[in-house]
Amino acid sequence: MAQLTMIQAISNAMDLELGRDEKVLLFGEDVGQSGGVFRATDGLQKKYGVERVFDTPLAESGIAGLATGLSIQGFRPIAEIQFFGFVFEAMDEIAGQAARMRYRSGGRYSCPIVYRAPFGGGVKTPELHADSLEGVLAQMPGIKVVVPSNPYDAKGLLISAIRDDDPVFFLEHMKLYRSFRQEVPEEAYTVPLGQAKVVREGKDVTIISYGAMVHTAEKAAEEWAKTRGISAEVIDLRTIRPIDIETIVASVKKTHRAVVLQEAQRTAGIAAEVVAQINEQAIFYLEAPVLRIAPPDTIYPFAMIEDEWLPTPKRVMSALEKVMSL
Amino acid sequence: MSAIAPTKPTTYLQVLDAEGNVVNPSLMPNLTDEQLRSLMHKMVFTRIWDQRAIKLTRQGRLGFYAPVGGQEASMIGSEAATEKEDFLFPSYRDVPQSVWHGWPLYQAFLYSRGHQHGGQFPQDVHVIMPQIIIGAQIVQTAGTALAFKLRKEKRVAFTYIGDGGTSQGDFYEGINFAGAYQAPAVFVVQNNQFAISVPVALQTAAETLANKAVAAGIPGVQVDGMDVLAVYGAMKQAVDRARAGEGPSLIETMTFRYGPHTMSGDDPTRYRSKELEEEWQKKDPLVRFRNFLQSKNLWSKEDEDLVIEEAKAAVNDALAKADAYQKMTIPGLIDSMFKTLPADLIAQRTEFDS
Repeated sequence: MAQLTMIQAISNAMDLELGRDEKVLLFGEDVGQSGGVFRATDGLQKKYGVERVFDTPLAESGIAGLATGLSIQGFRPIAEIQFFGFVFEAMDEIAGQAARMRYRSGGRYSCPIVYRAPFGGGVKTPELHADSLEGVLAQMPGIKVVVPSNPYDAKGLLISAIRDDDPVFFLEHMKLYRSFRQEVPEEAYTVPLGQAKVVREGKDVTIISYGAMVHTAEKAAEEWAKTRGISAEVIDLRTIRPIDIETIVASVKKTHRAVVLQEAQRTAGIAAEVVAQINEQAIFYLEAPVLRIAPPDTIYPFAMIEDEWLPTPKRVMSALEKVMSL
Repeated sequence: MSAIAPTKPTTYLQVLDAEGNVVNPSLMPNLTDEQLRSLMHKMVFTRIWDQRAIKLTRQGRLGFYAPVGGQEASMIGSEAATEKEDFLFPSYRDVPQSVWHGWPLYQAFLYSRGHQHGGQFPQDVHVIMPQIIIGAQIVQTAGTALAFKLRKEKRVAFTYIGDGGTSQGDFYEGINFAGAYQAPAVFVVQNNQFAISVPVALQTAAETLANKAVAAGIPGVQVDGMDVLAVYGAMKQAVDRARAGEGPSLIETMTFRYGPHTMSGDDPTRYRSKELEEEWQKKDPLVRFRNFLQSKNLWSKEDEDLVIEEAKAAVNDALAKADAYQKMTIPGLIDSMFKTLPADLIAQRTEFDS
C-alpha cells in the first residue's frame, strides 16, 4: 500500500491497464512526450511506446472521432480532452456518435472508450477550463459519467471504466489532483460504476454530493455535528450517470431529510435529477422538501470571484438549517 | 511518374536577415521613419511589459498569462498594418495586438485576473475578449468579415491562431467560409513551432501551414515571423486586398515563444532542446530590427532607454488602476447575464444580497 494523490492513482490505473491489455490505447494533446499538462500520463509513453501512448494534433473533435473509429475495431481508447470546457468541440463525436453506436448497429459495434478530462472550480484556471458540464453529458443516453472524489475511488473507478464495454466519461476534479493522499493498493482493483458510497454515517439529514463538493459536504457535516449536535449522513455519488438511487433512498428512509450539493449551476443538473428520483421513490419518507445547493445560473466567473460563487460549507449549513426547521 | 504530387511550395517572405541586413529590397514596405521607429517602440515596450508580467504572475499579482517574448515582430508587425476600425479576434496569447489595437492595459490586467471588466472593451475599440477555445475565433472572424461586406463597410476582420490551432476543424471551416463569401478577413497563423509540447511535425503532414489555404481557395504565404518588416509588408497587402473586396488571405509567421506556453506550470525543457532555443534566440526580432534602424540612424540607446522607462511606468500605472478598480460581486455577475433578468435569477440573487 502506498500513499497516493488522486493524480498518481489515476496515472497508476492507466499504467496497470495498459500493461494488462494491449488493446488499451492512450492519446490526447500533450499526453506523450510531455506526460500531460498535469503529468497524469508521465512516463507512460516511454514505458509503452508511441504506438500505444501518443500525442494527437490539437483538435478535440479529432481526438474523440479517432477514439470512435479505433473502438469499433476492438481497441479500448483512453482519450484525454485536455480540459472539460473544451468538450463542446467534441460533443458530436461523444454524444452524437459514440454514445449511439451500440444502438445504431444493434450491438454489432460498440465504443468501449474512456474520455478523461480535468475540470472543476477553486483553482483559478482561465475561462472554460473549470466549468462543470457533467449535466450536459449525463443527459445523453448511452454514456456513463463518473466523478471520483478521492484517490482510492479514482483508481478503482478508472479501471472499471477502462474495462467497461461502453463509453464512459471520467471527470477529474483539478482541486483534488494533489490536495491530499490516501492509502491506495498497488495491484489493480475495481470500484463498480453506478454505486454510490455513504462516506459519513448520520441519522438526521442526508447530504448527497459528488466530486470536490463531497469534501465541502463533509466539512459542513463536521461543523454541524460540533455546533448543533445534529448528525448528517454524507453520500458520495461517485457515478452520476447512472445514479445509484437505492443507496440514496435507503439513507432518506432513515433520515427523512435531504439536501443535494453540486458545483454545477443550479438548473437541469445532477442535483435536479437526484431530487426527482427521491420524489419518485421516497416522497412519503420525507419531512421536508429536498433542497438543492448550487451556484447561481451564471457563466462560471473564472478566477476573480469563483470562491464566493462556489458552494461553501456555510451555504450548505444554511440549507441544512432550512430543512431541519421544517 | 506518379500523378499524385505534393502541393507546390509556399512563398516565403523575408526583408531582413538575422543581422538586420536588407536581403529583399523589393519587399521593403513603404514606411516613414516615424512609422519604423514606432514599430521598434512597440516591440521594446512589449518585451519589457512581458518580462514584468511574467514576474507579476509569479508574485501572484496577475492571474492567467501566456508569455509573448520572441513573437513581438509577428504580433506587432501584423497589427500595425491594420486600421483602428478593423476588428480583431485575438486568442489568449494575443494580448499585445489587442492592447496596441486599443485595449487599455489595466483592463488586460483585469482580464488576466478574471475580472469581468477586462472584457468590457471601450466603444471605440474593435476587439473582443481573447479566445480560449482553439479555432473558435476563426469561424467568428469569417462572420464578422461577412458583416462588413454585407454592410459595405471598408473594414477588415483579422485574427490569430497558433500552429496547433490549424488542426482544429473550426480553422478550416473559418477560412473556407471566408473564401466562399470572399469576405474581408485576414487569418494570421503564428507558427511558434510547438502546440504546448507537440512540435509541428507531429501536428500535420502539411509541408507548410500556409499551404492549408490552398484547400480553402484563398492565398497563403509564409513569412519570417522574426522580421517585423516582412510581417508588416505581408499583412499590409492582405489587409489592402481584403479592404478592396478581393477576399481573405492567410499568413503564416515563422516565430518562436521563448517562454513557457503559459505561466500555469508548463515546463518547456520537457519537450524542447536548449540548442533549439538558442537557435531561435539568434533570430531575435528586436536585435535584428534594432541593427537595421541603427544603420539608418533611426534608433539610439537613449531611445531604447526611454521606451524601457515608459513601459515600466505604464505597467505600474495599469497595475495600480487594476488594483483600484471595484471588485466583482455575485449580484453584479447575476445582473450581467441577461438584458432583462428572468424570475429564476432574480430569486437566486436574493441568496447573495447582503
